[in-house]
Amino acid sequence: MDDLLSEFLTETNESLDVVDVELVKFEQEPNNAKILDNVFRLVHTIKGTCGFLGLPRLEALAHAAETLMGKFRDGAPVTQEAVSLILTSIDRIKEILADLEAAGGAEPEGSDDDLISELERLSLSADTTGEAKAEEAEEASAIDDAVDQSLERPLRPGEVSLDDLERAFREAECEVDLPVAASEEELDHEVEAEAAPVAAAPLAETAKAKAKVKEEPAAKEPTEKKASISSQSIRVAVDTLEDLMTMVSELVLTRNQLLEIVRRHEDSEFKVPLQRLSNVTAELQEGVMKTRMQPIGNAWQKLPRIVRDLSQELEKPIELEMLGADTELDRQVLELIKDPLTHMIRNSADHGLEMPVDRRAVGKSEKGTITLSAYHEGGHIIIEVRDDGRGIDVDRVKAKVLERGLASEAEMEKMTDQQIHKFIFAAGFSTAANVTSVSGRGVGMDVVRNNVELIGGSIDLRSVQGKGSSFIIKIPLTLAIVSALIVEAGGDRFAIPQLSVVELVRVQDNSEPRIERIKDTPVLRLRNKLLPLVQMSYLLGANPNATDTETKSDTGFIVVMQVGSETFGVVVDGVFHTEEIVVKPMSTMLRNLTMFSGNTILGDGAVIMIIDPNGVASAMASHASSVVAEEERKQQEEAVTSALDGQSTVSMLLFRAGSAEPKAVPLSLVTRLEEFDVTKIEQSNGRDLVQYRGSLMPLVYIDPAQTRRSEGTQPMLVFSDAGRSMGLVVDEIVDIVEDRMNIEVGSDRAGVLGSAVIKDKATEVIDLGYFLPQAFEDWFMRKEMDIAALTKKVLLVDDSAFFRNMLTPVLKAAGYDVTACQGAQHAFELLENGNQYQAIVSDIEMPEINGFEFCEALRRDPRFRKMPILALSAVVSPASIERGRQAGFDDYVAKFDRPGLIASLKDLFSGEVGIAA
Amino acid sequence: MSNNDNHASNADEIIQYVTVVIGGQLFGLPISQVHDVFVPERVTRVPLAAPQVAGVLNLRGRIVTAIDMRKLLHLPDRDEGSQVMAVGIEQKGESYGLVIDSVGEVLRLSSSSQEPNPSNLDKRWAEISGGVHRLDGKLMIILDVARLFSAMVEQPKAAA
Repeated sequence: MDDLLSEFLTETNESLDVVDVELVKFEQEPNNAKILDNVFRLVHTIKGTCGFLGLPRLEALAHAAETLMGKFRDGAPVTQEAVSLILTSIDRIKEILADLEAAGGAEPEGSDDDLISELERLSLSADTTGEAKAEEAEEASAIDDAVDQSLERPLRPGEVSLDDLERAFREAECEVDLPVAASEEELDHEVEAEAAPVAAAPLAETAKAKAKVKEEPAAKEPTEKKASISSQSIRVAVDTLEDLMTMVSELVLTRNQLLEIVRRHEDSEFKVPLQRLSNVTAELQEGVMKTRMQPIGNAWQKLPRIVRDLSQELEKPIELEMLGADTELDRQVLELIKDPLTHMIRNSADHGLEMPVDRRAVGKSEKGTITLSAYHEGGHIIIEVRDDGRGIDVDRVKAKVLERGLASEAEMEKMTDQQIHKFIFAAGFSTAANVTSVSGRGVGMDVVRNNVELIGGSIDLRSVQGKGSSFIIKIPLTLAIVSALIVEAGGDRFAIPQLSVVELVRVQDNSEPRIERIKDTPVLRLRNKLLPLVQMSYLLGANPNATDTETKSDTGFIVVMQVGSETFGVVVDGVFHTEEIVVKPMSTMLRNLTMFSGNTILGDGAVIMIIDPNGVASAMASHASSVVAEEERKQQEEAVTSALDGQSTVSMLLFRAGSAEPKAVPLSLVTRLEEFDVTKIEQSNGRDLVQYRGSLMPLVYIDPAQTRRSEGTQPMLVFSDAGRSMGLVVDEIVDIVEDRMNIEVGSDRAGVLGSAVIKDKATEVIDLGYFLPQAFEDWFMRKEMDIAALTKKVLLVDDSAFFRNMLTPVLKAAGYDVTACQGAQHAFELLENGNQYQAIVSDIEMPEINGFEFCEALRRDPRFRKMPILALSAVVSPASIERGRQAGFDDYVAKFDRPGLIASLKDLFSGEVGIAA
Repeated sequence: MSNNDNHASNADEIIQYVTVVIGGQLFGLPISQVHDVFVPERVTRVPLAAPQVAGVLNLRGRIVTAIDMRKLLHLPDRDEGSQVMAVGIEQKGESYGLVIDSVGEVLRLSSSSQEPNPSNLDKRWAEISGGVHRLDGKLMIILDVARLFSAMVEQPKAAA
């Protein structure tokens, strides 16, 4: 019984996995009779076997599920509820089976009445709705009745078998073109046999007979196929295969060793037989590998069900496409990627795909698609999980990275989106806004990555925001034997797994491609891309100074490696050949070395270390970042030393202003030194101005307490840029000195950089950057200014005198001819009086006529339909912006955002110019 | 110290020791722990490994990690070209080779003549020594293999 039972468990579990998949398919295509037949047959077989083995609980449940499915076959409409219920029943069956296995053959206690009654209820309602096939249904129910009479409620094995027969009988009737009478006759015999006291042997017979009868109508081929397969295949314990594999691995090693020996003895008589041995070994290796190969579809079996459940749970319609399910790979690898794959599918469904509403909003079909594909590529298998969802939100990842302190803002500034995407593989990283039952618990992609790397694979990610993401896993077909490139570095040989080797490049001193250097960092220009390089010997801890002499010669080989999405070159001294190597784990003593993944014995008998590409990549990254950090530190130091500390001296202008202490400014910044007669200084708009070279030059005081002279002349420093000048009023120009500008004491005071010893006196070094904007708001932005803007007339409408006063000079400084008025009414008058303006800037919050109304009124007038009108408001919210847009404003700017106002005006005018041209 | 106690309790137990010389000092390894004695050849250096790791080598199809005992005991390096030997031992299913200067005779010693480590013994030595035997005119330090490995495994960690 034990053997039978274990056989049953294995078979049933396999069938159940298939049922899962088939049912999901069936739900999508309720009219596909073939799928239904498949499902039905599988459940039926399970039920039949249960009855045979005396597992009443299982059998009753399977029976109820089967009955419901029978109704579908009879044409009852398939509801999602029904499919869910059947799936739940199948889950229950699985649970019972698991307990059964654990308990060594005894069915667990418990009742499935809840499910069974549900199933029966649905069956009944299916009956009533399934009137389309009234005839069959009638017959069926008639027989149901008959059976019900012969059944006692607590089901016993014998009775159950009878029930089976009945089912088969009914099926034969409903489905088939076979003469009903004939099958009925047959069945009658069986029923008679069955009626005898229950015994194992006849039971077995009836079970078989029943199976035959049942399957005949459904499909003849499967029965035959089953028979032929069972006679041609045997079950072998996995351990046996593992042992075989180990032995073949050893054989491969020995063969390699022999080949190496023969290679050294040219005319060896061993050559021919060895060649043959070699071929046979290769075939044997392949054969044994094949026994371990399984289609990747085996790892995918549970996925359709998972996706279906997720789809319901998350209320997102999801379609799972699976391509290349027959791609084969080593079962060990297969086992190891099952969980990561499931996790990734969950991730895609939960984070990747948007809600149907959002999808519709961006013009995608409501149904999200997750595509799972697998294919072979050069000794590796590539598995891709792709979704057409929202893609990865770079900003959110950035925010999360900052929050977790994984990188600084400055560091991220320099990163490409792809590099930022990679942060999702960092430990404990999850961008899901909420923790859901599906995902977002913080154990995420890092676990996936670890699992993939554990089997020598790599994971890569491509994502386009709004379009979807795609995870690409590259794993070796098998773990036991890998193809490796043997290289030499620093006098030792190393094996680099071919998986990560993209290409080999030979570099020589005077020919392309060449190793170039950015500072001391070597790079290779390869097909117009810069490839970062690193010396293998350097990575392996050799003294960098020693290798420098070698690098200087710049000849050697570059192994271009790709790990994830990182591509880099590793400079080695020599490249030998590729060899199939058997990866052996390193001893505990060496496990701490991340640079190696294992070691192996080469054909020549020597032990060689196997480079771990992931280790190289991370070493490379840390090496690079340390270089960058070093660079930055140096640069900062240099900046400090050159600009402030300065070995070189700077010409400084010393002057006094406001106080007795000398002040200094670099002479190179000063355009001229001028003295103006104090009478020439005029006051306008609350500030002092002088007429200077045909335009007004604003005067700026360093110290508010500073007073200008009342008579005579006033000295000042003139700073000019692009035709505009500012006068910095000083009391006295003291001297011009050549000295180091070594700021020793920093300053908190605005306008002062700090204090330095200049000419043996403590001197304040002033910050010109602080004063320039005091003269002209836009001093630092003016360069972008359109000269044409200078002639533009702008009408500023604001009820507040304060803002009119504040903004008028700002606009004037930006080169506009500004007319200010205190309300919409006034503005209408100005416009009616024939004043021409190129643009209107209007406040929103105004009494009587507010900005929106003002704008709407203007827009109704054909003359002002195309006039650029800008809204200015203290309140900037999406709603108010939208309101402004509706009113006809071209742009909406916050009142205090003066640069924004200037920029917006500039945009408006350049847009106008664009239309005119 | 556990080894010591064991020996002390069986006063008359005779233990066979394979004697080896490292930097002029005589050491003894319980013969039960020694799998083989071999001349280490074609040792592959392992970059980045702890200093006492001499490398890895192929011993009849098995990969053996060679430990340089002189390095481990902080003794000066042996002269270039001088002969070396190795004692093969197994530790938790992994093969190691202790690289030593030379192998001597096998001694049968009674555990009763064993003495604990002198208290002034170099700490790094005391760490791997299971006790001392007084022989004619010289001392033999018992190499405690288990302690040797636990000390070594901790070292790289401490270094890292």
